[in-house]
Amino acid sequence: MAQAHTTHDGSHGSYQSYIIGFVLAVVLTVASFAAVMTHALAPGMALAALGVLAVVQIVVHLVFFLHLNTSNEQSWNLMCFIFAAASVVIIVGGTLFIMHDTAINMMSR
Amino acid sequence: MLGKLSLSAIPFDVPILVGTFLGVAVIGLAVLGAVTYFGKWGYLWREWLTTVDHKRLAVMYIILAIVMLFRGFADAIMMRTQLALAYAGNPGYLPPHHYDQIFSAHGTIMIFFMAMAFMTGLLNLVVPLQIGARDVAFPFLNSLSFYMTLVGALLINISLFIGEFAQCGWLVYPPLSEMQFSPGVGVDYYIWAVQISGVGTLLTGVNFFTTIVKMRAPGMGWMQMPVFTWTAFCTTVLIMASFPVLTVTLALLSLDRYLGMHFFTNDAGGNVMLYLSMIWTWGHPEVYILVIPAFGVFSEVTSTFSRKPLFGYNTMVYATCSIMVLSFVVWVHHFFTMGAGANVNTFFGIMTMVIAVPTGVKIFNWLFTMYKGRVEFTAPMYWTIGFMITFSIGGMTGVMMAMPAADWILHNSLFLIAHFHNVIIGGVYFGYIAGMGFWFPKAFGFKLNEAWGKRAFWCWFVGFYLAFVPLYVLGLEGMTRRMNHYDNPDWRPWLLIAEAGAVVIALGIVCQLTQLYVSIRDRNLPENLDLTGDPWGGRTLEWSISSPPPAYNFAVIPDIHGLDTFHTEKQLGRRAHNKPLEPIHMPKNTAAGALIGAFSFILGFGAIWYIWWMAGLGLIGIVVTMILRSANRDVDYYVPVSEIEHNEEVYSRRIAAAQAAE
Repeated sequence: MAQAHTTHDGSHGSYQSYIIGFVLAVVLTVASFAAVMTHALAPGMALAALGVLAVVQIVVHLVFFLHLNTSNEQSWNLMCFIFAAASVVIIVGGTLFIMHDTAINMMSR
Repeated sequence: MLGKLSLSAIPFDVPILVGTFLGVAVIGLAVLGAVTYFGKWGYLWREWLTTVDHKRLAVMYIILAIVMLFRGFADAIMMRTQLALAYAGNPGYLPPHHYDQIFSAHGTIMIFFMAMAFMTGLLNLVVPLQIGARDVAFPFLNSLSFYMTLVGALLINISLFIGEFAQCGWLVYPPLSEMQFSPGVGVDYYIWAVQISGVGTLLTGVNFFTTIVKMRAPGMGWMQMPVFTWTAFCTTVLIMASFPVLTVTLALLSLDRYLGMHFFTNDAGGNVMLYLSMIWTWGHPEVYILVIPAFGVFSEVTSTFSRKPLFGYNTMVYATCSIMVLSFVVWVHHFFTMGAGANVNTFFGIMTMVIAVPTGVKIFNWLFTMYKGRVEFTAPMYWTIGFMITFSIGGMTGVMMAMPAADWILHNSLFLIAHFHNVIIGGVYFGYIAGMGFWFPKAFGFKLNEAWGKRAFWCWFVGFYLAFVPLYVLGLEGMTRRMNHYDNPDWRPWLLIAEAGAVVIALGIVCQLTQLYVSIRDRNLPENLDLTGDPWGGRTLEWSISSPPPAYNFAVIPDIHGLDTFHTEKQLGRRAHNKPLEPIHMPKNTAAGALIGAFSFILGFGAIWYIWWMAGLGLIGIVVTMILRSANRDVDYYVPVSEIEHNEEVYSRRIAAAQAAE
């Protein structure tokens, strides 16, 4: 059991990095609302913009608030994240591929 | 007050079920009576039911798996008997309503509660010992996982006597499993049993992944890990990636059923086909979750009994990892006929065929391990060789069905049934039984009887071919699966042969029970006792400690310098460790796992029967137990040096006795 007890010295970020993260998160959030509420974009474009902004938002949170980076003590977290992302890409991407193809083939749409 | 539950839910009018209930009740009362008579309740509670020791949990998992094997096999032989009888004018002895529950229960029980429980049991027993760890990373979660699996198994078996089980196959495809077509509680039993045990499996996955990553003995790099540990590692990765998909899929189905939503309904925008895609996104990795550890068992058994290092350790590891990745991109081959276009079917068809390549690599690795080895034909080796033949045939029929064009003819025919039994019995089951024979002395300190083990093997091997080769023929003759009755005279002889095969397999199970009985009876005979802890001349760390191992496994954590360090050290003359003993930090037993299990049972049973106060009670119980457990700081203790010294002394005396006997 003794070897299971590792001390937690993960990076906790600095005051500056939190501020940068906060500003970025706010900007991205405002941009998302603006994309929809100003009606400046066509509905399809607005949806795409929201998707892109959401992904960027995820990255900002991961980097600035969850301190995910390529440093040594974060390597397992990073690997777990890549693993999760790959699984999601396979599952979501694969499902979209299959269901889209099926819908076209069966003329259900 | 009692939701849907009333006296009419108890099937008094079905004589088979009443008889089964009486049988179960008599056996159950006999067991409870025996425990009371011998005054073992305290011992059972303190030493087993509240244990967090991975070795004891392993034993309980495997006992559960064997009990579930009986239940699943009883279903199987009932189906075969029905089809041997139900020809032309004879309706057989099982009405469709009952028959449909049986084939659904057979699949669900065999996969979730026989195979999964057996696999988890083997992982529990072997992985910490092979990597030189004193327990798993999260011992309490390990106990909780076991109780989740147990509660799932209990729920599914209670459906025999209270209410009914699902009638729509082992993966409850909608729209048949929707409220509109299955208004009874059968599908709800399925959902709750599988969801609760699925939580347990996911926790096991996380637990063993962390154990393997974090708790290997110093010096054991990735490429010094024993092959079984590698396969366990790949399996845990697959569990973590795929079981959440199962949970979500079944959660969506239960939203449809409980709250009238429309994820998979025919109307209101539901999409039935999405369920197929999602359930098989989990379902295909699942079969690899089962078979990859079996590959690990065969690797350990082959190299130990061929007295050679495993041929191509590196390729074995890479092949396992390739199978792990590929198993995640083949799931469409379960529904080529659903209506996807040529692009989708071709992609998934080719990926499926590609999986045969790393699997073939493994078969050749095992063959070359045996080549020019001094092969010792023990019962585990019999199962291994039987596996290599049977699994290769099953793999080839699998590649046949990987061709979408061929699958169009074979889909949902008995050819498919024959194929997956060919790989699951020939791969998974043979592997687990080989593993049980191989590691039994480690768990209990005595060997299993060889003669009865070999008899069991021959019955299973011959019975398997008798029972399933006819199904290949029947599939090519156009017989579909899940049929209750037929009137084609060409099918009848094949179905009679298959029935005979099922009877031979039943003999195999009888032989296995006899093997257990004889082995326990003769456990103190000198040729059966395992005094040295290394009965087979093993290569990996689990054989370097006493059988059964002390609770803390290793008095001193070994240093590793290469693959099969233990074997190398034996060749050089076993070195006595000269590191000083230190008190060992160990987790305390806890009743929290059993309590959360009991509350989960209450939650599940309440939700199945719409008894909402009961479900609420269960949920509150789970949360409160969890909080109390988290607040408890008294969860560990130190094993004093004097106790370790005492155990070590007893062990060295036993080794000396064994050497004197030689």
